Amino acid sequence: MSVLAPVRGPQRVYRVNPVAKIAALVPLSVGVLLSLDWLSATVALVGEVVLFLAVGLRDRSLWLRTLPVWLAAPLAGLSMTLYGQASGATYLQLGFVHVTEGSVAIGVATLLRVLALALPAVVLFATIDPTDLADGLAQVVHLPSRFVLGALAGLRLVGLFVRDWRSLELARRARGVADGGRLRRTLDQAVALLVLAIRRGGKLATAMEARGFDGPTPRTWARPSPVGRAEVVTVACGVALATASVVAALLLGTWHPLLGLP
Amino acid sequence: MPLRVPRPALPDAGGLRSRPARVRAEGWGWRHGGRRAWAVRDLDLDVGPGERVLLLGASGAGKSTLLHALAGVLGEDEGGEESGRLRLDGEAPRQARGRAGLVLQDPDASVILARVGDDVAFGCENLGVPREQIWPRVAQALDAVGLALPLDHPTEQLSGGQQQRLALAGVLAMQPGLLLLDEPTANLDPDGVVEVRDAVARALDRTGATLLVVEHRVATWLPLVDRVVVLGPEGVVADGAPAAVLAREGRRLAAAGIWVPAHPPAPPARRPVPDASPTLLAASGLTVGRSGRPVRAGLDLVLPAATSVALTGPNGAGKSTLALTLAGLLPPLAGRLEAHPALARGLATAPHRWRSRELVQRVGVVFQEPEHQFLTGTVRAELEVGLRGAPRGEEARGRARVDALLERLRLAALARANPFTLSGGEKRRLSVATALVTSPPLLVLDEPTFGQDAVTWAELVALLAELVDEGRTVLSVTHDRAYVEALADVELALVPGAPLAPRRWR
Repeated sequence: MSVLAPVRGPQRVYRVNPVAKIAALVPLSVGVLLSLDWLSATVALVGEVVLFLAVGLRDRSLWLRTLPVWLAAPLAGLSMTLYGQASGATYLQLGFVHVTEGSVAIGVATLLRVLALALPAVVLFATIDPTDLADGLAQVVHLPSRFVLGALAGLRLVGLFVRDWRSLELARRARGVADGGRLRRTLDQAVALLVLAIRRGGKLATAMEARGFDGPTPRTWARPSPVGRAEVVTVACGVALATASVVAALLLGTWHPLLGLP
Repeated sequence: MPLRVPRPALPDAGGLRSRPARVRAEGWGWRHGGRRAWAVRDLDLDVGPGERVLLLGASGAGKSTLLHALAGVLGEDEGGEESGRLRLDGEAPRQARGRAGLVLQDPDASVILARVGDDVAFGCENLGVPREQIWPRVAQALDAVGLALPLDHPTEQLSGGQQQRLALAGVLAMQPGLLLLDEPTANLDPDGVVEVRDAVARALDRTGATLLVVEHRVATWLPLVDRVVVLGPEGVVADGAPAAVLAREGRRLAAAGIWVPAHPPAPPARRPVPDASPTLLAASGLTVGRSGRPVRAGLDLVLPAATSVALTGPNGAGKSTLALTLAGLLPPLAGRLEAHPALARGLATAPHRWRSRELVQRVGVVFQEPEHQFLTGTVRAELEVGLRGAPRGEEARGRARVDALLERLRLAALARANPFTLSGGEKRRLSVATALVTSPPLLVLDEPTFGQDAVTWAELVALLAELVDEGRTVLSVTHDRAYVEALADVELALVPGAPLAPRRWR
């Protein structure tokens, strides 16, 4: 299982500090969330796609990972079109379904919004190596190393849990107890996995302690977690894109604030 | 006072050499939180700097407890109680952090991070070693254990032997004066055992560290150690040069489950192989694999009744996958697998289509990890699970069989214990008992002797021999040559790229 296999790629963006990637996502998301209009989301979305292609993120496998986003966004848009707040001309009325000029606009805006929010998150996280992220969270954000490294080491166990789950499944069939209802079986097996997980966690804690983890001496870091020009540019891209989308909507009068903001 | 030893300047020792540690126990004892009995009691032991000691003793003699205490990882916060004194270079082990490095038994549990280099660096970071010193140490440690891999190689792709060598490298990079090995090869196949042992030898030559190793298999470590200490319930039972201790204590150690070269466990007596026995299972052109991915194709074989078959071959050849397919747990990916009437007993011929409770009446499976197959809270309930599918009116006979199995496998006194709290040998015996409770004609075992002491090994082999003589077929996936020689009627070697060649042993 490759839950924690090192994430590596030839492009520069793979080596950008994960903390910077997350920091760039924050203004971008806020900008997209501020207004419910089609233009701001479109500007953000187009900007994102152009940026990703520009930094060389063109591999098919990477974009395949965004498939769920492309499926979920139209669904969200469709439901807003069918059930969203009615206004303007009515195109279709069928029970609860009420398609109007206004609800179509909201539907389109929602579709674009979901894409603009989820796409960069999925693509950027696909370029983040969990170990690098842990380094960044501990050294740049200064989260307690105890929790960061505990979580990182725990993540490695996920691959073992997948293996355990398959063995449990076979073992239950072999023991003659696998004929019952699927839900009941899955629940039983989940409890068994939990027991195994706790035991594995205990062993891992001992192994970490045996290597001096969580000791009295201040910890050093073998890998630097640098913040340099690439990181500044990354965050600046996020801020610029957010600003551009808001300004475009304000100038062209499509601005449609959520939560009664101006 | 810590003893000062003259340190010879070795030009090629590199950055791994450190001052070898002295271990001294004076009337030391430890009782785990919530336990009445002491794990170790009245231990007096003095190990000089640079000595290499093999620590022997029956299971439960407190060997692991001593190693964990010296590594400073005994849970004080879990309410343990200490008596006497245990000193590492004159200090309490917890104060001497980093002076002792511990390698544990389970390879899966000894890897911590995702990339080889990071994993080795982990201990150095925790000790506060400056960054510019860490990477040279990592390179030297990987070289010392013979792992020539790129630093960003994924640790999840390592074999068991490589995982243990990685753990050893992680410990060496911390430059400990004392190396503590707690059955580091118990869960490895024979190639992995030699790999790890040789890595330890090379590491000791380079670092000059003191060594304390706990292991049941004496022969593995004899070439390396210069002293053997035998622990008993009341402290040290024997102590001295390996040859002298083994000559004097060999028989007693063998009886306690230690693998002593001069006292191997006796092979079981066998009845002659019957001339003709009906076929249980037959495969032709069989492709086996997991989750739709083929591991091995074009297999032809016949499993007759009343036969012991050993399935051998290198790691990754598909032995376990084949065994699990024959046991009706994995569907064949291609080819034919047919259960004959002696096994199918009225069901259709494809074992993987049988219902779970039909399967358990026909095939008993013993998994490599006993913990995967435990379902209940007590040993007795664990066996009674197998009675659920039994026909009406059979309950009384079923309970009698449970009692008989508990006796036969020396589990009667543990009938109300939780399976997860048993020792390794007890867990193995219980997992075999669960597979036998329905009296299936076919028993499939995956590495049944992995990590077992000599006493459990002999019991297991004797029991399986008896089952075969009674008319059952036992199919074992194994790397254990002694097991093959003691038990196999037929050996099937699964070698990549070669057809299955049955070899008759009897």
